[in-house]
Amino acid sequence: MSKPIVATTSLAGCFGCHMSILDIDERILDLFDLVEFNKSPIDDIKTFTKQCDIGIIEGGCCNSENVHVLKEFRKNCKILISLGECAIMGGLPALRNGIPVEECIREAYLEGPTVTLNKEGILPNDDELPMILDKVYPCHEIVKIDYFLPGCPPRADLIWNALVALLTGNEMDLPYEVVKFD
Amino acid sequence: MSEIIKIVIDGKEIEATKGQTILQAAVNNGIYIPTLCAFDGIKPKASCRLCTVKVNGRAMTACTTPATEGMEIENNTAGINEIRKAIIEAIFVEGNHFCPSCEKSGNCELQALGYRFMMMVPRFPYSFPQRPIDATNPKLLLDTNRCILCLRCVRGLKDENGKSLFAIKHRGVHAEIVMDHEVCANISDEMAQKAMNTCPVGVIIKKEKGFDEAIGTRKFDKQPIGHEIENKFNQGGN
Amino acid sequence: MNSQLEKIIKKYDSDKFRLMDILIDIQAEFGFISKEATHDVAKELNMAVVDVEQTLTFYHFFTQKSTGKNTVYLNDSAVACMMGREEIKKAFEEAAGCKFGENSADGLIGLYNTACIGMNDQEPAAIINGKVFTKLTPAVAQQIVSGLKAGKNVQDLYHQELGDGKNAAAEVKSMVRNNIRRRGQVILNDFTPGVALKTKLSSMQPKDVIDEVKKSNIRGRGGAGFPTGLKWDFCSRSTGEKRYVLCNADEGEPGTFKDRVLLTERPEMLFEGMAIGGYAVGADQGILYLRYEYKYLETYLEKVLEDARKDNRLGKNIGGVNGFDFDIRIQFGAGAYVCGEETALIESGEGKRGEPRDKPPFPVEKGYLNMPTVINNVETFCAVVKIIENGGNWYKQMGTEESSGTKLLSISGDCAQPGVYEIEWGMTISQMLEMVGASNVQAVQVSGPSGQIIGPKDFDRKICYGDLATGGSMIVVDKTRDMLKDIVLNFMEFFIEESCGSCTTCRIVPKLMKDRLVKILNGKGVMKDIADLEDWAKILPVSRCGLGQTAANPIATSIKNFRELYEAKVQKDVDYDCGFDMNKAVQASCAFVDRVPNAH
Ligand SMILES: Cc1cc2nc3c(=O)[nH]c(=O)nc-3n(C[C@H](O)[C@H](O)[C@H](O)COP(=O)(O)O)c2cc1C
Ligand code: SF4
Ligand code: SF4
Ligand code: SF4
Ligand code: FES
Repeated sequence: MSKPIVATTSLAGCFGCHMSILDIDERILDLFDLVEFNKSPIDDIKTFTKQCDIGIIEGGCCNSENVHVLKEFRKNCKILISLGECAIMGGLPALRNGIPVEECIREAYLEGPTVTLNKEGILPNDDELPMILDKVYPCHEIVKIDYFLPGCPPRADLIWNALVALLTGNEMDLPYEVVKFD
Repeated sequence: MSEIIKIVIDGKEIEATKGQTILQAAVNNGIYIPTLCAFDGIKPKASCRLCTVKVNGRAMTACTTPATEGMEIENNTAGINEIRKAIIEAIFVEGNHFCPSCEKSGNCELQALGYRFMMMVPRFPYSFPQRPIDATNPKLLLDTNRCILCLRCVRGLKDENGKSLFAIKHRGVHAEIVMDHEVCANISDEMAQKAMNTCPVGVIIKKEKGFDEAIGTRKFDKQPIGHEIENKFNQGGN
Repeated sequence: MNSQLEKIIKKYDSDKFRLMDILIDIQAEFGFISKEATHDVAKELNMAVVDVEQTLTFYHFFTQKSTGKNTVYLNDSAVACMMGREEIKKAFEEAAGCKFGENSADGLIGLYNTACIGMNDQEPAAIINGKVFTKLTPAVAQQIVSGLKAGKNVQDLYHQELGDGKNAAAEVKSMVRNNIRRRGQVILNDFTPGVALKTKLSSMQPKDVIDEVKKSNIRGRGGAGFPTGLKWDFCSRSTGEKRYVLCNADEGEPGTFKDRVLLTERPEMLFEGMAIGGYAVGADQGILYLRYEYKYLETYLEKVLEDARKDNRLGKNIGGVNGFDFDIRIQFGAGAYVCGEETALIESGEGKRGEPRDKPPFPVEKGYLNMPTVINNVETFCAVVKIIENGGNWYKQMGTEESSGTKLLSISGDCAQPGVYEIEWGMTISQMLEMVGASNVQAVQVSGPSGQIIGPKDFDRKICYGDLATGGSMIVVDKTRDMLKDIVLNFMEFFIEESCGSCTTCRIVPKLMKDRLVKILNGKGVMKDIADLEDWAKILPVSRCGLGQTAANPIATSIKNFRELYEAKVQKDVDYDCGFDMNKAVQASCAFVDRVPNAH
């Protein structure tokens, strides 16, 4: 039987959730026995080369590129998992959600204390650049997400337990200590 | 002597003292009923609705309803817990709860209820409201992004003349907590600490302190909220 | 301190339980309640400033900045919209040169929305400088604004003759119409003030009065339908140094206006009923809690009270019964539907936010100022007068077995003859529709937003406690209406604005439900949204008071009875759509950086 195929990505996240995947320690070897990775920063495959069984999403959507990737994942994966607070509820990037996007851009490119080089007041508007969304969106407010694993980052044990359950078809074992929002 | 009465919670007969609320009776008997707006020493005002139980088939709040002889109470049932879970989720989407950056994380009652009820994601869309932060007071920070309007601060915190430190303004979705700048101007350290302890979440924060407990050592890191009640009679046992 | 302000505070003895009255007077005197005034009031009443603001900011008609030299409050409830509010709104905006929610640049005109003002049978209607204007047209709206701008007195701008009956009395001078379409045997029948008080009570003990009321089987006419005799009995048995009789004239349920007609045509009867209540439970103080929208009746009602005192129907030893003392004061609200809930009404009467109390204890044990208190609806008190006059048995003959007597209905919407009808309980909806001249009917909203919206398959049902219980609001909706948008959405918005915000459930969930409804109306809905709405509606019954408990009803009952309307609006071939719209989401940032969105 061929191994289940897993893809992962980081949208508006900090790669902390991916670090947490690696944090399952030596079980990572078991994981590589259990699954095959496709598009993922873990193996550096940049585009989907086949249909996947599980897609793991870190980060919410803050720009059009994020939305695009997320929709690609939805198309190419049977099961999608929102991994971590940013994917689930926007996380720290969504701290900007109460502030009009114009003000955020002004602060970032024109008026913020760290803006020293942009004398001409240029704003990024090249067609090649992703467009910034009015707020940071949780992934499930854009596409259907099947499972949610909270935490910032999610505990390695939570990730492991969830993956094993999904791969074996067993009930998820979630001890109290592993489900946390920070 | 106070009169002893008998009530039944989820089929278990327990004793209560006349005049006690259902909640007090339950706690004394090691039965956990989820609460958020109830706080020891403050007159209850049932606003979170989490302690809702069914008394002889009718929904009532345990924190305000006096126990009376022979009451049949349903508490830990699938139906009631589903509504409680929905309420917790509704509270999460109403405000801006960025737990990873919150001073109260690990000690927060709302978060702890999220854990206890296994909230993986709220069923409702997030509203990301615009809410003010009041940092003008020298000792207290008021970050209303996290306010759940439990009104514990409004009910429980008064100065020596009985004047309120906090009040609620507006109504409905527009309701917000404000600090009285005059009354709070010369607030003592003890009062500031009391204010912070009164708030179940991370709105009222004592300044110049925070994130001083390591992850793993905080109140709800290892044990769910309510375990101290449920384990009341097990201590020293096993 | 401003001397005028000082006078106002003195008038109420710096009593914080009279904070409502103080704020009402300040608002009337200065046009708004300034920061300075708030501070002065706090100081004089020995309260924290935020405590004064806590009350002040709760009520719609208290404002912290000026609402213009002349203020227009235009009703925005469902029936007003059905009757053409949008056109009126536009006309006002054009004439005033500002939008609703603002003052004109010269500060002369302020335009504001307000919830149902109790004029559903003569919409579109507005309250302008305290005076009611009904049956507005765009031309009239324009005339009014130019008149106000020219400095004319608002009463000189009436576009209609004075209304019928007491609406034309010197103390009222209002264009409001009673529209009494059917008089029954009890309330709108002939009435001579004082008969019950002067010829019956002298031979009745308080207990006899309670027994007679019990015998009549009358149940409260405010909506909840609690047996009145039992309520009075409980109150008379509670211990307290003092007792109170409160009349609930908050009449905030959209679509009801029958209490307004009673206050206009039967105030003597109402006050007599309150006095009888006082006699029965042993109270010597009555309070009429009157919604601010009916302030145009104040002078008139004060005069009726004064006349009653002169005629020994109020005051000491009423009707010659030794020791039967009773008097009534009027307490105004300031714009909050929830204050019609009896315990919120008490809180408001005590000068606080109108936040309902937890029950128990009930008002009959701990009510106004924590004393045993009876609260009844206007119509209930009126009916009691006739019950005492003619006996409980007489009353019981009318209506049905479990619903005795008559009921006033306020009927509005798509019908030929909107107005007030006194019917006997037991009439069917079909009979009612025929009575009011309604055809092509799509639905009837029974009991206002907190009730239910029913369709033709339920028109054989009866208006009575066992079946369609009602406080009296009936809104007819014909087939030309877009029910979900015109009715359901409007009512959801009403509940969201009127929630006191105390309960998590009532504060949060109706807004979430409304947003989901809007998503469906925008064509972004999926089948699961309908199921979600049904599920979410189940959360609300655990709210503290009737407002939250029923706040999902517009959606829940319309899904139940008109599911096809929802199904017609959702996408059939899509099973997941959370309403995300890329073009909309990038619009603001692209505009700001000067870029053409190229989303695909
Ligand atoms: C949100 C809400 C609004 C209410 N508004 C009114 C009202 O305007 N008038 C009224 O008589 N009762 C109103 N009621 C019902 C009152 O709480 C109370 O039951 C009633 O005044 C009792 O009088 P009755 O027994 O004569 O009906 C309202 C209830 C709720 C929950
Ligand atoms: S208040 Fe509690 S739930 Fe809210 S962000 Fe802080 S820790 Fe999280
Ligand atoms: S500030 Fe804290 S204590 Fe006060 S209402 Fe908000 S959450 Fe409750
Ligand atoms: S149900 Fe709504 S209106 Fe009633 S007390 Fe609760 S929040 Fe206030
Ligand atoms: S604890 Fe009882 S309602 Fe909040």
